Amino acid sequence: MPPGPRRLWRWAAAAVTALVVVGGGTAVAAGGGSGAAAVQEQDQVFTMPETPGSASTVRIDTAYFTTGDGTPRPAVLLAHGFGGSKDDMAGEARFLAQHGYRVLTWSARGFGRSTGAIGLDAPDREVADVERLIDWLGKRPDVVRDGPDDPRVGIAGASYGGAISLLTAGHDRRVDAIAPQITWWDLNDALFPGGVFKKLWAGVFFTTGSSGASGCRFTAALCQVYQHAALTGTTDAATTALLAQSSPDSVAASIKVPTLITQGQNDSLFPLAQADAMARAIRANGAPVAVDWSSGGHDGGDQESSRVQARTLAWFDTYLKHDQGVDTGPAFRVTRTGGVSVSAGQVVTFGASADSYPTINGTARRTVALDGPPQTVANPAGGMPPAVSSVPGLGALGQLGGLLGGNVSLSQDMPGQYAAFQSAPLDSALQLTGSADVQVTVDTDGQAPAVLFAKLYDVSPDGSAVLPHQLVTPLRVTASGTVDVRLPAVDHDFAAGHRLRLVLATTDLGFSSPAAPATYRVSLPSGAALTLPTDPALRNDRSSLPLWVWVLPLAAAAIAVAIVATGRGARRRRGPRGPDPELEKLPLVVRGLSKRYQGSTDRYAVKELSFRVERGQVLGLLGPNGAGKTTTMRMLMGLIRPDAGTVHLFGHPVTAGAPVLSRVGAFVEGAGFLPHLSGRANLDLYWRATGRPAGDAHVAEALEIADLGEALERPVRTYSQGMRQRLAIAQAMLGLPELLILDEPTNGLDPQQIREMRAVITRYAAGGRTVIVSSHLLSEVEQTCTHLVVMTQGRLLAAGPVAEITGNDDELLVGIGEMGAEELDAAITAIGTLDGVVSVAPAPEEAGLLVRLDGLAVAQLLAELLRLNVPVERVGPHRRLEDAFLTLTGDRA
Amino acid sequence: MSTNQPVETAEPDSGAAVGFRPSRTLPLRVEARRQLSRRRTFVVFGVMVALPVIVWLALAVGGTPSGRDGSPSLIQAATSSGVNFAFAVLFMASGFLLSVPVALFFGDTIASEASWSSLRYLLAAPVPRARLLVSKLAVALGFSAVAVLVLPLVALGVGTAAYGSGELHLTLAGSLTTGTATVRLALVALYLFVCQLSIAGFALWLSTLTDAPLGAVGGAVGLAILSGILDNITALGSLRDFLPTHGMYAWVDVLQTDPDWTGMVEGLSLAVSLALVFGALAFRHFQAKDVVS
Repeated sequence: MPPGPRRLWRWAAAAVTALVVVGGGTAVAAGGGSGAAAVQEQDQVFTMPETPGSASTVRIDTAYFTTGDGTPRPAVLLAHGFGGSKDDMAGEARFLAQHGYRVLTWSARGFGRSTGAIGLDAPDREVADVERLIDWLGKRPDVVRDGPDDPRVGIAGASYGGAISLLTAGHDRRVDAIAPQITWWDLNDALFPGGVFKKLWAGVFFTTGSSGASGCRFTAALCQVYQHAALTGTTDAATTALLAQSSPDSVAASIKVPTLITQGQNDSLFPLAQADAMARAIRANGAPVAVDWSSGGHDGGDQESSRVQARTLAWFDTYLKHDQGVDTGPAFRVTRTGGVSVSAGQVVTFGASADSYPTINGTARRTVALDGPPQTVANPAGGMPPAVSSVPGLGALGQLGGLLGGNVSLSQDMPGQYAAFQSAPLDSALQLTGSADVQVTVDTDGQAPAVLFAKLYDVSPDGSAVLPHQLVTPLRVTASGTVDVRLPAVDHDFAAGHRLRLVLATTDLGFSSPAAPATYRVSLPSGAALTLPTDPALRNDRSSLPLWVWVLPLAAAAIAVAIVATGRGARRRRGPRGPDPELEKLPLVVRGLSKRYQGSTDRYAVKELSFRVERGQVLGLLGPNGAGKTTTMRMLMGLIRPDAGTVHLFGHPVTAGAPVLSRVGAFVEGAGFLPHLSGRANLDLYWRATGRPAGDAHVAEALEIADLGEALERPVRTYSQGMRQRLAIAQAMLGLPELLILDEPTNGLDPQQIREMRAVITRYAAGGRTVIVSSHLLSEVEQTCTHLVVMTQGRLLAAGPVAEITGNDDELLVGIGEMGAEELDAAITAIGTLDGVVSVAPAPEEAGLLVRLDGLAVAQLLAELLRLNVPVERVGPHRRLEDAFLTLTGDRA
Repeated sequence: MSTNQPVETAEPDSGAAVGFRPSRTLPLRVEARRQLSRRRTFVVFGVMVALPVIVWLALAVGGTPSGRDGSPSLIQAATSSGVNFAFAVLFMASGFLLSVPVALFFGDTIASEASWSSLRYLLAAPVPRARLLVSKLAVALGFSAVAVLVLPLVALGVGTAAYGSGELHLTLAGSLTTGTATVRLALVALYLFVCQLSIAGFALWLSTLTDAPLGAVGGAVGLAILSGILDNITALGSLRDFLPTHGMYAWVDVLQTDPDWTGMVEGLSLAVSLALVFGALAFRHFQAKDVVS
């Protein structure tokens, strides 16, 4: 195969890996790069008339945040919440300043270091203050102007600050965009919903604005209004008029600027209905409006500050900077909770969005029938003890419940003080988005006005009930009859199998209710059903999964491919070596084989070894321990990779797992069996592992060699070494391979078995097969082998037929005792002349003679030697190899 | 000669023996039989079956733990129903116990063959190295799956017999119907199995590195323990998201009426990624390895 495309592909794999790494680095660099712009803050106190034309003044404390040079930029006014000061807005001010705005924050009258009485965003007080701040901005050269004294300006703020943004936009046409959060639209409706005084919230509101003994810090008129309401629990015309002034509702027709409305779902003070009225009115004026139901609100919960802040920035980027590339987000978005992440220990939130705002009436409706008998409910004297829904000031009860753990029911209804009507279990889930409607018949029994609190519970099959966002709708029933009840606007998922329960209670901790004891009869008109608004267009964008969830497996796959593709094993497989037809007839050809083990730079296990084996040979691989025999055999089997040189089996180059190895049977360096399996199972599974047909195994022949008898059925772990050895040789012979490689096959066998083993090897080769036997004992190989390869210290010492290497059997070494040199010479001459003696010479390394006979019997030679008075001590065959061998092993010792 | 019986031949040029095909070596059935008869296989399955029974006995003798001793709420609710019991047993086993059989099956698979010397005979048979690793991986995967899945199954059986087949009572208000809870149990069991793949990959890699099966198994179990310890160091912050055992308890998030799957998806992503990388390292090393055992 041409190496080109493969290499290209490998480079591609490496490049992917590199990209992933570089990508990570870039992200970090970008993250570190932002937020570097230094923000300058400039504090300034303005003196303003208390009311237009008034002689007395108030001091308004402001801070101006800028970055960079004096290039004109749009301005943003950031208004703080009730009880706060300009310092609360510093963080967001810096954020917006860094994103290219001139930002002005201020402490409203009566807060922070600003003086004056709290006017509750009154048009002639707080609103007038903001208009003067806009005047100031309109004269600044570093603020973009749309006309003379008309700066391009947006206003953002939460609660008290949100209302001022709406009111200013209604009173001053120079405002270009607003982003009010968790605020009111109609203060009368917020504080006296359904004509019922929201006493607990109002109390919190007014006491926050008052400090201890100094009394009421509101304007005198407001102080009076609160005292009246707190005492009577009712509103009057003066109150209504005063609160209307502070309600953006009063200037609804004049608010015509792009408005991003963020309202909290956990808000019993300014519920979602306030934002709904706001959105509808401003939309009717033709201005762009986006509505965002966040998870926070005055009752607490995650206020999603960073998300809201980012959205506000996008809103101003679009409508103040006129940046076309910015996405202002969906027209309607709801934050939903995905339950509690126990492992992360926090509530998981995600968004759902739609391209248009459905209002709290929804874009579709579903009706759920309610059932329940008419019930009599009691209004306790003094309204105590009250039912509990939400408790302002205690934070998010929902979260509190989570902290308490277990089945704590957050909302509590007093027995006898409420009527309940329940639906059948829902056959499918119901996502309520908006205000549910229902009709209820109330018989006040002449004790009008009756006050009731309507709430819609989610009841799970085990009976536990959840009041979504702890919200209730108060209603004031002035005369007996059927009334329309509009339940609080919520976004809530009623699961299939759950029931809906409508509860009408006579008391609620958060509201004032009649002090006189009374009983009412509450029933449902016939065929009464809940009408629940839904918005099918609202889609969960539950993509809170971090990006790495998708990137990581892809990167890992790329890295994995790169790891495998660049491995040594993979490179080796690409070797273009094919079979060599010239060597096809030869079972084994070894050429220039070298192997150095890891960690040793100079010591070779095998060095430049070359030899070949012909068909039908029994080759002995001979060498002392450590000569490299086993290493060579492992290379023949493809178990280890040579550093240099090649091995060809039947003409095919050997690599790891080369198919040609299937023609070779091997027993290398001891047996290898699964100890828990019997000998028979081991052989059986080994043959199955080769994947070859069972009929080719020739198990009977192999078992005959193993000669294990009944032990064949026992686990191998019970075998002696000899038994394992024979089983291993039997395994090597499975399938009667053309080449059989046996490493020290007689180790651990007794003499009888050694003899049998020799016979087996000889017989095996007699069938034209080839056998390679290694040994460190010459005696071992010379009796069975036809050819020898002798190795020492990794190198080839000799190779050839046995006789050629071991020397001729006819050559004798005659060991002799003390003898004079002349006598020895004489004896040599005498013997050399004998018939049947080819040659005679002194032995090179010891006292003795080397005699080569051709026809003369050894006995006759011995007789002649004795006749010549040669002191013969021994006579034996001369072993050149054994001599060399002994020398070598001696060196090593 | 009939033509409808194709003559079995090896690749034309490979020089292989008649009937030899690399793709047929070490079939899964053979590898499974080789491993199945081992005592440790039975011990592992035995422990997985016995554990729910032991927990049941412990609860019967010692009584249900109360919240006061700080025991996790899942375990407090163990005796409420069969599914509750099954989830409680899974909760106990999630941190560490489930990693042991996986580390064992994967860490032992190559290293034990090397220690028995049978590896070289398989490779010389010849079973191609990639093929050997794939067969062993597949069988270890199967055995691990059985071990990890048998635990919740037995726990559900034991729990249902002992406490009846009621709804799953949740600690954070509410309950899930028996049907829903059983489906979640199955998903959670599958998730826990996939979660273990990171440990499995690491064990397989170690198995190719060493000839000592205990070393490979111990190393993988050690990784699980170390990762568990590091996961408790909150100072590490979001770095902990990338610990191999970080997602082992993420399944608790779906035991609520509005399940949160985020943690589980993250856990799956990480487990699959780590398994891929470790698996690739195992392949790379085993392909090039000099087999000298």
